[in-house]
Amino acid sequence: MRFAVAVFPGSNCEEETFRLLSSLLEQPVEYLWHRERDLSRFDCVILPGGFSYGDYLRCGAMASLSPLVQALPEFVLAGGKLLGICNGFQILLEAGLLPGALLPNRSLKYISRKVCLRVGQVDTPFTNRLRPGQVIRLPIAHYEGSYFADEATLERLETGGRILLQYSDPAGRVTEGANPNGSARSIAAICSADRNVVGMMPHPERASEDLLGSEDGLRIFESLIGGAARKAHRPEDRRA
Amino acid sequence: MNREPGITPDMVREHDLTEEEYGRIRKILDRDPTYTELGIFSVMWSEHCSYKSSRVHLGRLPSTGPAVIQGPGENAGVVDIGGGRVAVFKIESHNHPSFIEPFQGAATGVGGILRDIFTMGARPVGSLNSLRFGDPSHPRTRRLLEGVIGGIAGYGNCIGVPTVGGEISFHPCYNGNILVNVFNCGIAGKDEIFLGNASGAGNPVIYVGSSTGRDGIHGASLLASSSFEEGGGGQRPRVQVGDPFLEKLLLEACLEAMRAGGIVGIQDMGAAGLTCSTLEMAGRGGTGIDLDLDAVPRREPEMSPYDVMLSESQERMLLVGKRGSDPDLLAIFRKWDLQAVVVGRVTDRGKVRVRHKGETVADLPVGPLSEEAPRYNRPLREPAYLRDTRSWNASVLPEPGDVAAILKDLLASPNIASKGWVIDQYDSTVRANTVAGPGLDAAVLRIPGTLAGIAMTTDGNSRHSYLHPFHGAAGAVAEASRNLSCMGAEPLALTDCLNFGSPENPEVMWQFQQTVEGIRAACLALEVPVVSGNVSFYNQTEEKPIRPTPVIGMIGSIADVTRTGRLAFSRPGDLILLLGDTRPVLDGTEYLARIHQVEAGSPAAVDFRLERAVQDTCREGIRQGWIRSAHDCSEGGLLVTLAEACFGDGRDLGGDFRIPQADRLDALLFGESASRIVVSVAEADLKRLETTATRFGAPILPLGQVRKEPVLKVKVDGERVLHADVESLRRIWREGFVRAVFGGAPAGKGGMA
Repeated sequence: MRFAVAVFPGSNCEEETFRLLSSLLEQPVEYLWHRERDLSRFDCVILPGGFSYGDYLRCGAMASLSPLVQALPEFVLAGGKLLGICNGFQILLEAGLLPGALLPNRSLKYISRKVCLRVGQVDTPFTNRLRPGQVIRLPIAHYEGSYFADEATLERLETGGRILLQYSDPAGRVTEGANPNGSARSIAAICSADRNVVGMMPHPERASEDLLGSEDGLRIFESLIGGAARKAHRPEDRRA
Repeated sequence: MNREPGITPDMVREHDLTEEEYGRIRKILDRDPTYTELGIFSVMWSEHCSYKSSRVHLGRLPSTGPAVIQGPGENAGVVDIGGGRVAVFKIESHNHPSFIEPFQGAATGVGGILRDIFTMGARPVGSLNSLRFGDPSHPRTRRLLEGVIGGIAGYGNCIGVPTVGGEISFHPCYNGNILVNVFNCGIAGKDEIFLGNASGAGNPVIYVGSSTGRDGIHGASLLASSSFEEGGGGQRPRVQVGDPFLEKLLLEACLEAMRAGGIVGIQDMGAAGLTCSTLEMAGRGGTGIDLDLDAVPRREPEMSPYDVMLSESQERMLLVGKRGSDPDLLAIFRKWDLQAVVVGRVTDRGKVRVRHKGETVADLPVGPLSEEAPRYNRPLREPAYLRDTRSWNASVLPEPGDVAAILKDLLASPNIASKGWVIDQYDSTVRANTVAGPGLDAAVLRIPGTLAGIAMTTDGNSRHSYLHPFHGAAGAVAEASRNLSCMGAEPLALTDCLNFGSPENPEVMWQFQQTVEGIRAACLALEVPVVSGNVSFYNQTEEKPIRPTPVIGMIGSIADVTRTGRLAFSRPGDLILLLGDTRPVLDGTEYLARIHQVEAGSPAAVDFRLERAVQDTCREGIRQGWIRSAHDCSEGGLLVTLAEACFGDGRDLGGDFRIPQADRLDALLFGESASRIVVSVAEADLKRLETTATRFGAPILPLGQVRKEPVLKVKVDGERVLHADVESLRRIWREGFVRAVFGGAPAGKGGMA
């Protein structure tokens, strides 16, 4: 699968995403500058986390007008896969590629910590290597991560099986106490009606090696390529 | 040069220059300076930029070693970390700006230190900060704390450099003068280091980044180099305003331009802005620079040359390109939507000449300006208070009653309690290299593409420094080194931030001199050189200085990050031992301050032979994989260390401890003697620990065993002194910080016990 990792002025997570795809998953991957429009050579585009254009005006608002994002509807319509992580999710919402909005966290504070997430639907190209009801641990790091949509939209997401991850406690119970940022229905990740566009606030790319405390994030990427990743650090890799 | 106002004695005084200093200026120039020149001299000869009171002492610090590539004098220190890579790191203070405008003051502190690192060609990989606030119950503390943390988080998170650790403590001496010290470490290829050199006459001088505005004028000379009054609202315009997004663009564009070639030298515009960067770059290059101020991008049309030269607007860089390479360089900055203009040329005149609207407004000889800068060997006097504090004796203290209540009280102290409220606001995992993040003895970052890692920590104990500046400073170096060893890292080099009151006060100057000597002694004994640093004087309120607060930032290397030390106990049944020796001293402890409201005594000297033996043993065990946990025993003493090691990530464990009695129970449990590490090993590995400790000469004392049941049980000489539920201890520890700062709980005894 040929991947593109978008780079906007202010992107911060492109390098680790690129590294994960190229060295752990051994996939062909290119950086894609925000001024590019030609996406024809890619199967999957990833919008990484960061503060695109400084997040001035509103998170993701200015990036949604970049040539690259303007080319995404056509790419998606042709069946291309699209994943927005954190700021990437915010961009997808501003671009209207997914419904809803991300508001400032309930605490009005930036939150950076590892959270538990309950897996919902797994019939997407991004989650097929997870089990429904499984609890995974991924880091979140955001100020505007409180998912909001009107009741009708939330209902549509729920009945359409488009809620992929919800904040939960370690036992998988979706409770208000386990909701770090005040998201509606504890939503952490959703997909489009055609299931080829996914937006998520947690950072799977930061949880792709045991060394960093969790490998759960790797499952998202393994789902995409339909195979297992190379193990990051096998004991025999260890230097004396 | 006649359009500028003539110089009057009042003007000289307002620029914080003495008559004698003004005389020197006239001698160097052989004429009266212009108004712009007076401004330039005043910033370059300010305490902040010239180190005029500290230089005679700083020369005592050892700054060489096999790994040192660049010592003090550049934008940051550079150390070889092996594998063809170097670490570039430095610590800096932003104290006064953060007191006046906490969010922007702290944010621009972070921005400044990041520029110091990437200016040298290194990509910043991790930030730390060392913060001191006033009494938690002081009405101003909460606002200052929220602002400073918000500013650090706001800048660091946005620019995408993880904030991976640091320290915070509270004391009333900081009520009117908080400390905000920021540290950053970057990584570069060994042959990719850039220096702030303007060489090659005819080469273009290029200005990149934000436009120049009127913010921060005299930030370095008047704000950082003199005392300031309570309130300080009038000083607000001297505080700069940060834009982390712009700096992110600068960071990426500069690194890209460096890789592309064509850059001769580069320096950020920090303190004293365009003035400092041109003079320092020409000074290092042994050249001169002709500067055309009309080419400098500005925010306001009618700025005087004085304003443009002295502005400290943020997110600006000055670089010297190879002649003819400017179009390529400018194109890279344009790609990143950054302003970049040629503002001058390197010359061989040995002077910085500044032109404005066709007229020369400054023409200064580069060499004499720094060589003939004033240097003061200021008078020293041992502070009077030390007579009283030294005479204190622990025999006046009653033996402790309820050990559990005391432990809970200490765990609730904002100096010891979990800093989770703060840590949660820092993005510590961006870039996916954070092997050990905030809240541990030291942070560890993996170097991408390798199994190697770099560890970093900041440490300082101002109570110890207050009671014994020499031992306090030596203790801070020892503790920083010990914290790195607890992660399995080999200490390499340090950077120091020396925060003091006015150097014109002989007692403060004595504290400073003793501190430098203490750092020197520890550096020599532990073989860790000083490669960069910062001095911050005039930290005082109404003539009352803060306590001497040296902060040590130290880095270490780890060959294999899969063998990184862990703080918490991991397996029931493991044996828990103390590496080192507990001496029966309570002097200057958190216990004494919090439980008995006494800050007295005289902290003991560090036994460096013991210190090395303990650290060598710990590192060896972690490297070989049989030390399962290691935690430095410092503030709060042994019992706090044991409790913290029981707090696991997700699952608490307990411990069963049987400790032989020392002279005093409280000194045993709450004393803070140096050179101690609590470790745990599997029973089968005890022999290896004993053999290794014997080889290095480290004493070991068996303390007890890890238990699955989360209860902390302690018997001393067979007598039960503690039986406490770990979950309840953890709750107190977790909530202590927020309660102390936001809940209005008194700082002293009571409350939680």
